[in-house]
Parts: sequence; structure tokens; C-alpha cells
Amino acid sequence: MTEQSSKQKQPVAIFFFTAALILFATGMLWGIMGALSYVFPGLLKSTFSFEKIRPLHVSSVVFWIILSAIGSVASFLQQHTGRKIYSPRLLRIQFFIFCITIILILCSYLMGKFGGREYWEFHPVFAIPIVIGWILFLINMLRSIRHFKKQPVYIWMWCTGIVFFLFTFLESYLWLFPYFRNNIVNDMTIQWKSYGSMVGSWNMLIYGSSIFLLDKISGSQRYSYSRIAFLLYFLGLFNLMFNWGHHIYTLPTHSFIKHIGYLVSMTELILLGRIIYLWKSSLSTAKKQYHLLAYRFLLAADIWILLTLILAIAMSVPAINVYTHGTHITVAHTMGATIGINSFLILAFITDIFKDQFPAVKPSLKFFNAGYWIANIALFIFWVSLVGAGILKAQWQMSEHQIPFGSMMQQLHPYFIVFFVSGILLTIGFLFIIFVLLRQQRNACKQTGEK
Amino acid sequence: MVFPEKSKLLLVILLLVGFITYTGFIYKDLPVTTSHATSAAMEGKALWQQKNCNACHQVYGLGGYLGPDLTNVFSKRGPAYISAFLKNGTPVMPNFHFTQTEIDALLAYLKNIDHSGTADPRKFTKHYDGTIE
Ligand code: HEC
Repeated sequence: MTEQSSKQKQPVAIFFFTAALILFATGMLWGIMGALSYVFPGLLKSTFSFEKIRPLHVSSVVFWIILSAIGSVASFLQQHTGRKIYSPRLLRIQFFIFCITIILILCSYLMGKFGGREYWEFHPVFAIPIVIGWILFLINMLRSIRHFKKQPVYIWMWCTGIVFFLFTFLESYLWLFPYFRNNIVNDMTIQWKSYGSMVGSWNMLIYGSSIFLLDKISGSQRYSYSRIAFLLYFLGLFNLMFNWGHHIYTLPTHSFIKHIGYLVSMTELILLGRIIYLWKSSLSTAKKQYHLLAYRFLLAADIWILLTLILAIAMSVPAINVYTHGTHITVAHTMGATIGINSFLILAFITDIFKDQFPAVKPSLKFFNAGYWIANIALFIFWVSLVGAGILKAQWQMSEHQIPFGSMMQQLHPYFIVFFVSGILLTIGFLFIIFVLLRQQRNACKQTGEK
Repeated sequence: MVFPEKSKLLLVILLLVGFITYTGFIYKDLPVTTSHATSAAMEGKALWQQKNCNACHQVYGLGGYLGPDLTNVFSKRGPAYISAFLKNGTPVMPNFHFTQTEIDALLAYLKNIDHSGTADPRKFTKHYDGTIE
């Protein structure tokens, strides 16, 4: 991490952030439209129904996380090695492959063409360019680090994340073979095996980057090489590989899958609790001030890690999961993880990288502060409304004499209204931040252009 | 205190071997080997995916939240009731303008799912160690 390298211009990585931030903004707008379908059921049913809106929303925000995680890893990797990435050209090719594929995917949804799998709802043909792009990323990573000897933990985490994403993404397409597809229980077992580990692998990319950033903020690399950092990495890898059974406790699949999932999931508490504890204690207040904007996102993410973790651990107990499964509590957990943890962490990375890249252009603090607080408060209300709706639905699922589904949804309506309004506020908060970041980038480009 | 390089390698290999064995075992011994779907049911599954029913409906509690879980809809409601829904849509669910063959395929698929088990959370026994049956 040399001074010169951190100032090195990294135009390609920056493109990833531009595209990712645009996807983030539009993805949230689709989210608002989706929430509208809950508040006014049947809205736009014949032209623009929920089965189109949901994938538009999900894919946009999933690619926000993936593109920005790639950009962050690529940037931090170059700061770590002090050299340019092995091949900026490959990275550029990867960027174009991803962008074109994402545009085609979003257009295919608008035309009503689906692959119809959860999360990756696009036609399977689009998986091919994603895999190719991902292999380019893997090559770039391995060639840039050259060897594994005496590498800090985040390098291990990034490599693990890239390799396992590739594997689990391919695994999630095994349903294309009749052997895996022709029984629903088999199909769903493999599907959630792959999805469970896939989330773990992109978390490896993101958590690895946060460890890098915290080391950078604290000015010491001690943690990244420590024994405890590696122990926790191995515990994380263990979870990535074996905890996925907690997604399918109610599926009539092998019971050993569920038992393994349950046992392994219970180790998660140690993992993250310890990570947070170490991060914080290694930071001195003065240095915190220096990187203030990025650090603030890390702080928000810390709080969300706690909330999400408590919920996740509870939901991983089968006897509790049987209540929460299939309810909005699962959604609350996902939103806590993808917005509260992933998005806040990524915004921390982008803020930090832009600060190094565009030192002459300061982001607008007024908008930043407003956006930060609106997003945090709105996210909390959003999360509570989902938990509330989930509790009511859980009661309904368990009640002896169930009222009709439609009547139950009617009872949840007040929660959906709160969810919708807080969703709008959340979007406004994030749009402020996105606006600040994109403007910072544009102004910097203008300045270099004028020079 | 640092982690010896050799132990890192050893642990990664150990975990990888475990993961590959676990994965291979599950692929080879899939949970259900007895019942396989008819071709009509497989066509129904393809339609289910092409129309993205999953965006609104769940199977075994996984999927969307706008509509009801459909795992056991076949035994609960029967084919005539389901056909009526599929022919006309509802105030929320669009009318997909299915042909009769397509409706039959979807019915075969829903029947197939229904036979695989029950998704009703009330049917589980909860134990004090946190497990369920
Ligand atoms: C836009 C969301 C949406 C999509 C897409 C959708 N549905 Fe529905 N569906 C609903 C809702 C909501 C209900 C419940 C209607 C009610 O409560 O009046 C429903 C009800 C049903 C029912 C009756 C369930 C019962 O117990 O009463 C069946 C069967 C069904 N849908 C099948 C399908 C199939 C098959 C597809 C895909 C071809 C599909 N749905 C796509 C929203 C949707």
C-alpha cells in the first residue's frame, strides 16, 4: 500500500462504480414500483405486472452489488500490490461484457422473457457472458497477486470469493439437466445449496475489502496478517461451504443437510462479533476523522451487521425458522444484509476510492449528510415494517383456522404503506449520496479535461 | 501472532476436500430418487419459469410474497378451481391467456409438487433443541 500507488489513476475501476451507482439508483426506483403493487394490488396488472417489476428490481440491485464489489476489489488490489492490475485491458473487456449483458437482461424483462429462477430471473443464455466475464476477473486477480505466500487475509478472501462465485453460479444452472430438475425437492435442494454459498462468496469480496479499508484507515496492517484474522476467515469459509441448509428446513430433503446447516450456522455469531470488536478497537479517533465519510458508512454497516446477525442466527434455528420462513421477516433479513451491510460497506469503499482518485474535488457535505441520515433512519423504519408484516403473516400461517390469503394481505396493508413510504425516503437518501458521488466524479473529469 | 503458511494451505485443502465430498455425495444421492415427473409436468415447470410465477408465488415457502404459497394448492383446491384461476387471472394476478394444453401442463406440475410433501408450517413438531420434524 504505497502512497504513490494509492494515488494511481484507475479509470477502469471507476467505470464499474459509475455503472453500479446508476443501477443502484434505477434499481431502487423499480423497488418503489414493486412496493406500489403491495399498496395498490393489481396496479398495471395487464401491462406492467409484478412478475416484470420484481426481476427488474432484483437484477438491478444485485448487479449494483456485483459491479461495485468488482470495482472495489480491483482498486484495492492495485493499492495493495502497488502495481497496476495484471491486465487493465481484460478488466475493460469484462466491464463491457457485463454492461452489455445487464442491459440485455433488463430489456428482456421488459419484453416479458424470463428464466424464472429466484434472483437470477433472466434467460439462462445470459449466464454465459457472465461466466466469461467472471473468468477474466479470476485471471486478473491470480496474475496480479502472483503467489499466496505471506499474503494478508483480504487477498485470500477475494480469491475465495471469486472462485466460489464462479462455482456456485455454475451450480445454480444444474437445473438445465433433467437429472437435477425433474423432481422439485432435488431441484430446490441444489438451487439453495448454490444460492446459500453464493451469498457467502460475494460477502468474501465485500468483507475482504472492508478489512483492507479498515487497515488503511488505521494505518496498520497488523490485523490482516494476524492469526485471528485467518481463523475467522476459515470459519467464514466453513460457513460458506456448509451452512446453506438453513434456507430449506421445511423442504423434505435429506435431514443431514438440515442438521449440518443448523450446527454450522450457529458458529456465525463468534465470527462477526469478533470481527467488529477487533476493527473498532484498532482505530484511533484522530484517524477516524481523517477518513470520516468512508468511516461513517462503516459505522452504519456495523450497526446493521449486529441487527442482521441477531435475526439471521435466530432464523437459523429450525424451530424459529418454521415461523419466519415464507414471511416478510426473511425479506427484512435480506434487506438488512444487502442494504444495511453490503450497500453501506460498498459506499464506504467508493467514498474512499474517489477521495484518492479525485483529491482536488471534495464531495458536497450538505447533500452527503442529509442523504446519510435519511437513508439510515428510513432503512430502520423500512426494516421494522417488514418485521411487523412478517410477524402478522407468521401468526396467520400458524393459525388453526386460516382466514383467506387475500384477507390476511388486507390486514398487512398498514405495514405495506409504511414500507412503501419509508422505501421512498430510503431511495431519496441514497439518491442524494449517489448524486454527490457521481458529481464528484464528473467534476474531476471536467477538471482533468480542462487541464 | 501469525498463522503458519503451511497450516493455511492444509486447512484450505481440508475444507475443499470436505466441500467437494459433500457436494459430490449430494449430487449422486439426490434426496428423491423414486418419483420422477411426467413430461406434462416438466412442460408445466418450463411454463412456470417462463411466466415467472415465482415472482408472486412460493413453493415450500421460497419465492415471492404477493400471492399464496402453491406447494399444496392441488390437493387443497383441486384442478377445477386452479384452472379457473389460470384461465381468468384475479384482480392481482394477470390473465396469461393460456391454452388448455398449457393449463393441463401447469396442473400436472402443481400436482407433482403437491405429491412431493407438505409445506404447511403447522405440520411440524418443534423440539427443545431447536430442531423440527
Ligand atoms: C402478479 C403476481 C402473480 C403472478 C405473476 C402469478 N400469480 Fe397466481 N395469484 C396471485 C395472487 C395475488 C393470488 C391470490 C388471489 C386472491 O387472493 O384472490 C393468486 C392465486 C393463484 C392461484 C390460486 C391459489 C389459491 O389457493 O387460491 C393459483 C393456482 C395461481 N395463482 C397460480 C399461478 C401460476 C401457475 C402462475 C404463473 C403462470 C401465477 N399464479 C402467477 C398473483 C400472481
